Amino acid sequence: MFRYLIRRLLQMVLTFFGATFIVYALMFANQTDPIQALAGERPITDSQRLALTERYHLDEPFLGQYWHYMKGLLTGDFGISLTNRKISEMMADAWPVTIRLALIAIVIVAIVAIVAGVISGIRRGGTFDNVTLVLTLVVLSMPIVVLAPLARLVFGIQLGWFPPTATRDAGFYELLLPALVLGSLVVATELRVTRSAVAENLRSDYVRTARAKGLTRQRVVGVHVLRNSLIPVVTLIGVDLGNLMSGAIVTEGVFNIPGVGFNLFRAIKTEDGPLVVGFVSVLVIVFLMVNLLVDLLYAALDPRIRYE
Amino acid sequence: MTDIQAQIDVLPGLDPGAQLLEVNDLHVEFRTRDGVSHAVNGANFRLEPGETLAILGESGCGKSVTAQAIMGILDSPPGYVTRGEVKYRGVDLLQLKEAERRKVRANRIAMIFQDALSALNPVFSVGFQLAELFRKHRGMSRQDAKKRSIELLDQVRIPAARERIGDYPHQFSGGMRQRVMIAMALALDPEILIADEPTTALDVTVQAQIMGLLAELQRERDMGLILITHDMGVVADVADRISVMYAGKVVEEAPVYDIYARPAHPYTKALLSSIPRLDMKGQQLSVIKGLPPALNAIPAGCAFHPRCAYARDQCRQDPPPPAYDVALGRTARCHFWREVIGDE
Amino acid sequence: MSDPQAVTTAESAVGRDKPRSLAGDAWRDLRRNKIFWVAAVLVTVFVVMAIVPAVFGAGDPRDCALSRQHDGPSGNAFFGYDFQGCDVYAKAVYGARNSILVGLLSTLLAGTIGLIMGLTAGYFGGWVDAVLSRGIDVVLGLPFLLAAIVLARRLSSDPSNNGFWAVIVTLGFLGWTTAARVMRSSVIASKNQDYVAAARMLGSGPARLMMKHILPNSTAAFIVVLTILLGTNIATEATLTFLGVGLKGDAISWGIMINEAGPNVRTAAEPLVWPSVFLALTVLAFIMLGDAVRDAFDPKLR
Ligand SMILES: Nc1ncnc2c1ncn2[C@@H]1O[C@H](COP(=O)(O)OP(=O)(O)O)[C@@H](O)[C@H]1O
Ligand code: SF4
Ligand SMILES: [Mg+2]
Repeated sequence: MFRYLIRRLLQMVLTFFGATFIVYALMFANQTDPIQALAGERPITDSQRLALTERYHLDEPFLGQYWHYMKGLLTGDFGISLTNRKISEMMADAWPVTIRLALIAIVIVAIVAIVAGVISGIRRGGTFDNVTLVLTLVVLSMPIVVLAPLARLVFGIQLGWFPPTATRDAGFYELLLPALVLGSLVVATELRVTRSAVAENLRSDYVRTARAKGLTRQRVVGVHVLRNSLIPVVTLIGVDLGNLMSGAIVTEGVFNIPGVGFNLFRAIKTEDGPLVVGFVSVLVIVFLMVNLLVDLLYAALDPRIRYE
Repeated sequence: MTDIQAQIDVLPGLDPGAQLLEVNDLHVEFRTRDGVSHAVNGANFRLEPGETLAILGESGCGKSVTAQAIMGILDSPPGYVTRGEVKYRGVDLLQLKEAERRKVRANRIAMIFQDALSALNPVFSVGFQLAELFRKHRGMSRQDAKKRSIELLDQVRIPAARERIGDYPHQFSGGMRQRVMIAMALALDPEILIADEPTTALDVTVQAQIMGLLAELQRERDMGLILITHDMGVVADVADRISVMYAGKVVEEAPVYDIYARPAHPYTKALLSSIPRLDMKGQQLSVIKGLPPALNAIPAGCAFHPRCAYARDQCRQDPPPPAYDVALGRTARCHFWREVIGDE
Repeated sequence: MSDPQAVTTAESAVGRDKPRSLAGDAWRDLRRNKIFWVAAVLVTVFVVMAIVPAVFGAGDPRDCALSRQHDGPSGNAFFGYDFQGCDVYAKAVYGARNSILVGLLSTLLAGTIGLIMGLTAGYFGGWVDAVLSRGIDVVLGLPFLLAAIVLARRLSSDPSNNGFWAVIVTLGFLGWTTAARVMRSSVIASKNQDYVAAARMLGSGPARLMMKHILPNSTAAFIVVLTILLGTNIATEATLTFLGVGLKGDAISWGIMINEAGPNVRTAAEPLVWPSVFLALTVLAFIMLGDAVRDAFDPKLR
């Protein structure tokens, strides 16, 4: 366990520096006019120019800039937007609604993927399984830019079942439609992985043992098979999170939910470079942290890893 | 133990005086994409308390499937019992409802498997997997179940049982894992234990220890033991009677001494002549020329005829040979058993 | 399967067959797969649409007049007009070209990078493999769309740039990892096979070995990965475009259409719905195709 942890931590540190370096380099390296790049096509005043140069240490060599940027990231200083707001404050404002949205999406995904995945895995080749497979294929290939606006149009505006926009303090009901949209990004893969894990585990020898022990079918499937099948599903969560973040940018943008994704969406639209860099960096950090947590969870679920 | 026995629901029709286990004309087939495999085609045998019956045969001849059919744990689909009876103390298990059948498993008839590593659930501690039996079948509390589990691990001689109860299967050695399997099978004091190649995956020295342990536990509990193996060397010391299976049928059944002294079926004879010598470990049974038939294309007539040294036209043309009575408690499915048995 | 009659027929069908190759087997499976045919038809339709949009009887997508703003569907414009008074059907049809071209080129780029990385890592092993695999880890360690946003923004920062190549390079540079992994593992698997070892003993050099013996074995898996990647790249292009860091300016693109139709959807739904449908069907077609081919080559997975 200890060695596994150390190895994972080292890997994460490596990925962290690699990833932030790439993001930073993409933003600033080798630009003819990095300040204009930050501001996009909007005109900037001389005082803004000066502030940005100081802020990003643009008068220093590239590695020095990166060093300052990292120092900022690690001390919670994410910079100031072109509209002169502290990015850390904007973020603090935006996180709660995004977290609520993501939680609703994840709970829905977990329930749907596990229940349907287990049923499909047990009745492989049956009607339910075939219908589910086709449905997941369709969901899998629905780009978020199609799903989010269409869902809002049909269920939010035309049918009026859900509010088409949400506020900062949106509750469960307001966030349900966007959460469904967001969840559909990951539900298909989770379901498919659950299904094949269940199908595979059902064929394993320990299931035969469990049946020979006179356990009920519910217990064999619900305890012995499910616990083993969750291992690959959990490892997917890390990847899923990346998809959820991408999805949140479009979904929050479309539904006008003032969360982290919406801020990033607007930052891109308004060509606010510092805001984009700040938000992207934080999201990358969150992504890496969650992936580390997933590794721990993985170890908790699979004793063979734990005692490696 | 009587209080525990009393907690098991009484099976309707159970007759304590009847034969412990009786398998009659058992047929099992697998319906797969590639056609129907007739894995078991009329298996017959009986078992008494305290008796060890060895089921012997090359791999793929339907031994494990027979055991699974008795336990009621066939993979279904694709596997189906299509005919026959499995009578435990007068009750035909095949006629029971699943809920009743479940109570027979582990309580009355238990089973251990060849590869203990894959037969144990990798993500639960052995303590959990043992205690589960007591908690689900006996309704014991966690503490009591744990205490009983430790006692059991002690009985199968796992050193430091108390400390190892929380360990996971992969942390045990091969022999120790098989001991855990045995502990699990014996937890609820079954009357019948089916051991499917319990030592095949183990080293020779460990094999002997496990066989010794099984024999001892059987004596203590007066259990009926069905020992499935493809290794004739293993059975000579422990078995009372032997059933030799070929292509899903019992082709010869006899007391162990008679089989070794005067086999009545050419297949048994071929198996005997292939008992491994010490210098040929791992090559046992490969001496018989040819392969067992594919179970979706069993030859007409006597299924053994393509490989049989005694075969003649009658073997190919007549219906498969019936179980001829060779002596009291001895049968052989060979038209020419007299010739085989007398021939030396 | 419980019908004994069906089982016997299956049995005799198997019995009759001549020895089959993996590809022949896969093709037999594919031909019977409805999903494959649906996907194939859709792919054909959209590819034709990309090459010769005129076949679809669409008008001029650049012939716009504000006087027709949000006019409903008619014989001239099947899906009506958008808020700039452009023919939605014409724009949707002509939008196929950019989507498919970007998808194709970015997939080719990703495939090439993945091929080289995977082959190198798998064939040489050791520290080369270690370094390349860590590289893959780092790229996978980035949330894909976030990285794509930053990269695409950076590549198309010049206002005169319409974003076409920027998106292709972005998707290519960020999307090669799966292809590389597949390549790497199939190289490792086939490297140890007897006939490859034999060829090596007979003096084949690394390049020859890879071209003649290792590559042909990995093609199926590789093509499946690329087909699916093609679908997702088309979707990501639309997303980037929608966000404003993809195709820009006067490019005709489904992503731009969806983006522009969004604010006006209460007055006119068609300009949003139709490009969405076209985009979804295109992506679906490629992903279904990849899925069907994979199932055919690896029936175990089903
Ligand atoms: N789950 C299964 N699905 C299909 N066929 C099976 C299955 N289990 C067993 N069989 C068939 O039954 C035959 C006998 O298997 P088995 O009883 O395991 O042989 P053994 O005598 O070595 O234990 C196998 O050769 C196979 O054709
Ligand atoms: S019946 Fe014929 S073929 Fe079968 S075992 Fe006897 S002699 Fe051999
Ligand atoms: Mg077996």
